[in-house]
Amino acid sequence: MLDGINVALVDWSRAQFALTAMYHWIFVPLTLGLGILVAIMETLYVKTGNPEWKRITRFWMTLFGINFAIGVATGIILEFEFGTNWSNYSWFVGDIFGAPLAIEGILAFFMESTFIAIMFFGWNKVSKSFHLTATWLTAIGANLSALWILVANAWMQKPVGMVFNPETARMEMTSFWEVLFSPMAVHKFLHTTSSGFVLAAIFVIGISAWFILKGRDIIFARKSIIVGAIFGFVAIIYTIFTGDSSARDIAHYQPMKFAAFEGLYNGSEGAGLVALGLISRNTSDPSNENLKDFTVKIEIPNILSYMAFLNWNAFVPGINDLIRGNEKFGVLAAADKISRGKIAIEKLKAFKEAKKSGPRALGAKADSLKTEIMNPDFQKNYFSYFGYGYIADVNTLVPSVALAFYSFHIMVVLGMYFIFFFLIALFYTLKGKIHKKKTFLRIAIWTIPLAYLASQAGWVLAEVGRQPWVIQDLMPTMAAVTKISVGAVQVTFWLFAIIFTTLLIAEIKIMMRQIKIGPNSEGGAK
Amino acid sequence: MFETLSLISLQQYWWLIVSLLGALFVFLMFVQGGETLFFTIAKTETEKSLLVNTLGRKWEFTFTTLVTFGGAFFASFPLFYATSFGGAYWVWFAILISFVIQAVSYEFRKKPANFLGTKTFEIFLFINGLLGPVLVGTAVGTFFNGAMFSLDDMKHVTWGTPFRGLEAVLTFHNLALGLAVLFLSRVLGLLYFMNSIDNEAIFERSKKHLLYNTVPFLIFFLYFVIALLFKDGFAYKPGTGEIIIESYKYLHNLLAMPINTLMFLVGVVGVLWGIISTLLKGGTKGIWFAGGGTVLTVWALLILAAFNHTSFYPSVFDLQSSLTIENASSSRFTLVSMSYVSLFVPFVLGYIWYAWKSMNNKKISSEELEQEHHAY
Repeated sequence: MLDGINVALVDWSRAQFALTAMYHWIFVPLTLGLGILVAIMETLYVKTGNPEWKRITRFWMTLFGINFAIGVATGIILEFEFGTNWSNYSWFVGDIFGAPLAIEGILAFFMESTFIAIMFFGWNKVSKSFHLTATWLTAIGANLSALWILVANAWMQKPVGMVFNPETARMEMTSFWEVLFSPMAVHKFLHTTSSGFVLAAIFVIGISAWFILKGRDIIFARKSIIVGAIFGFVAIIYTIFTGDSSARDIAHYQPMKFAAFEGLYNGSEGAGLVALGLISRNTSDPSNENLKDFTVKIEIPNILSYMAFLNWNAFVPGINDLIRGNEKFGVLAAADKISRGKIAIEKLKAFKEAKKSGPRALGAKADSLKTEIMNPDFQKNYFSYFGYGYIADVNTLVPSVALAFYSFHIMVVLGMYFIFFFLIALFYTLKGKIHKKKTFLRIAIWTIPLAYLASQAGWVLAEVGRQPWVIQDLMPTMAAVTKISVGAVQVTFWLFAIIFTTLLIAEIKIMMRQIKIGPNSEGGAK
Repeated sequence: MFETLSLISLQQYWWLIVSLLGALFVFLMFVQGGETLFFTIAKTETEKSLLVNTLGRKWEFTFTTLVTFGGAFFASFPLFYATSFGGAYWVWFAILISFVIQAVSYEFRKKPANFLGTKTFEIFLFINGLLGPVLVGTAVGTFFNGAMFSLDDMKHVTWGTPFRGLEAVLTFHNLALGLAVLFLSRVLGLLYFMNSIDNEAIFERSKKHLLYNTVPFLIFFLYFVIALLFKDGFAYKPGTGEIIIESYKYLHNLLAMPINTLMFLVGVVGVLWGIISTLLKGGTKGIWFAGGGTVLTVWALLILAAFNHTSFYPSVFDLQSSLTIENASSSRFTLVSMSYVSLFVPFVLGYIWYAWKSMNNKKISSEELEQEHHAY
């Protein structure tokens, strides 16, 4: 079934998607958060009539526009890459995955693209209240578009509301609401968008700090910091809560990812959380090179069990339990799942053969095979392991532990730091001391790249952590890829790398110049 | 409401929606057509800025329509999405890259420290304006002339040539459609300039170039339509789904669907009236007749490609792999669910119309640009 697909093709296709997604995610979180911040600032302008708020709004809006354009540019590639590089996947799940993408276009992108023109060019053409509405709708449109793509992504992490149809050889939707309101989708949306708010708040505070350090536009900078810090503090608290819920989802539905990002090799009751740790180069398990020992780790007892199952003594399966199985705690061995997956694949093959072979005698056989495959028991006990049928080596079921572990811990540690960062920024500003706190102001500037690091780490965890699956348990990444020459993918990979990097350099240079120009004379064509 | 519709009715309904999005996209490619005219119409920097800014306030609509078109196709006919995008790899990436460089060019063009220089971003816009319509038109040509793919039992696509879709330009009928779309987009771009810019010199030059672009548009368009009506087409047998070659298939379709034929003719007349009335009377409303006519014509052509038991994406590599609205669609459940979402479309069109009207109630002028805080 996987003729013509080789490891190099899968790796390059993954690399291309990762490249596009990571570039896209440099720009999107800022759009999500800065859109809301700009709308809040404009609301303050409309409410107070204070022209200073208008000046502040227009400055941040200019930066929003620069960032927005390049986010759009990288986004279009991502949407179409599902078809160009993952065509097998596109057919297998198009019945479910396509719907959120279409709704994203109809309900969110049009809202965003219609009202952004008014937001930028309508200051002198429409009323104040209409302009404010347009700004809010642009921000809401951006966040709505995130909703639909995150619903699609969440479905890949935890497929729900569907059934496999052997006739069409694909997954078919049975409940739209189950897809939309799956806990994984809800938590992922809230966690991802609120993390974008955090990043944007840090961006605003960091740049405002630069103005204060330069002794310029102090009132502008202070007002921006107050809005950014309050917004950022609320957002980071929410991000942590939704992150906690997301982690619980992962513990339930993607236990291997959970074990990998916690570096939990052997499961236990009352499992401890590794708060900090360093992974060594050595492994004590010769059967799997991926399971490196820890050089050092600080572990807090029982916390992991509570985090995963809200029970201090609950059993949390480790990587070895998930591979070898653990009868005591009802964990199925990977080999059993592979056998079940193979049965599902064989049954599908038999059905396809029967369909091809003849219309009458074998037609009845095909019908009976179809009934068997569509039977809920078969779907639950065999078909839900369909993807395992493609797995040749159980060790490939373990994602890169080091990458998952570090990306998770970087994200969490930085998230904790951001709480204090926002509180201190707010405290100093409200006390009128911010201009004296040079060290903090410098730290604020350097916190901007840390926010991007945390944001990217979150996606690395989400996507690398679920490997080898493109759809959890149902479709391994290698089965999803388009059959095309490796050379073609290499060419497009490097093409995108060059284009995106060039555009990123242009964006950063423009952004920095615009910041230097400042809020008094920002603008374009002159 | 939609639950009572038969599967074929739902498939047809979704083809109508996807085709309408495609037709709107072709109209909105006036932005691309206009981008190829910056160096022709503008004689000064101020004039060029006027052209860029008038299109810069609309490019997002074209872009969003393309993205929505892709998303709607994915949702309603995922097998086309998987087959065409995965198969005609180079064509789609060439189209996409031309839109990627467009997306940043308006915003970055005049910004200080833009790294690549104003001229580079203007060239990016020109490339998008040229490649976008030609490649999209050529790709749509394969709806009538076929592509080189085959599908296995699991619907995995194999492409029959190493050129992955680029071979479509070797079929002159495809290329003729691509060139017709290019010159149509230039015609629409010129009409849009005349409608939305308050500048006498730009108006006069646009009017002059309107004639120069109408002639090649008509030549390529008429060639495409006449050749289409006389060529063999790709039909399928209802019930078995077997694909067969049928002589004069598209002529038969035209005759079998009189309402669609009427829509096609009204559309063509609309385009011609938009052009001719502007040339003769020098008015500014030509864009609305030509734009509306474009939507009707393209919509009718796309319906012609898929209705009346016609394969909308035929394979000339493996005939029985050809795609029809019946074998390429989503499940009944998904089509019904998506149909409820489609009820939002009139609402979306309503607010787009309102916003467009609010922004275009006064023509753009150099005085306005001088005062503009956010200009391209």
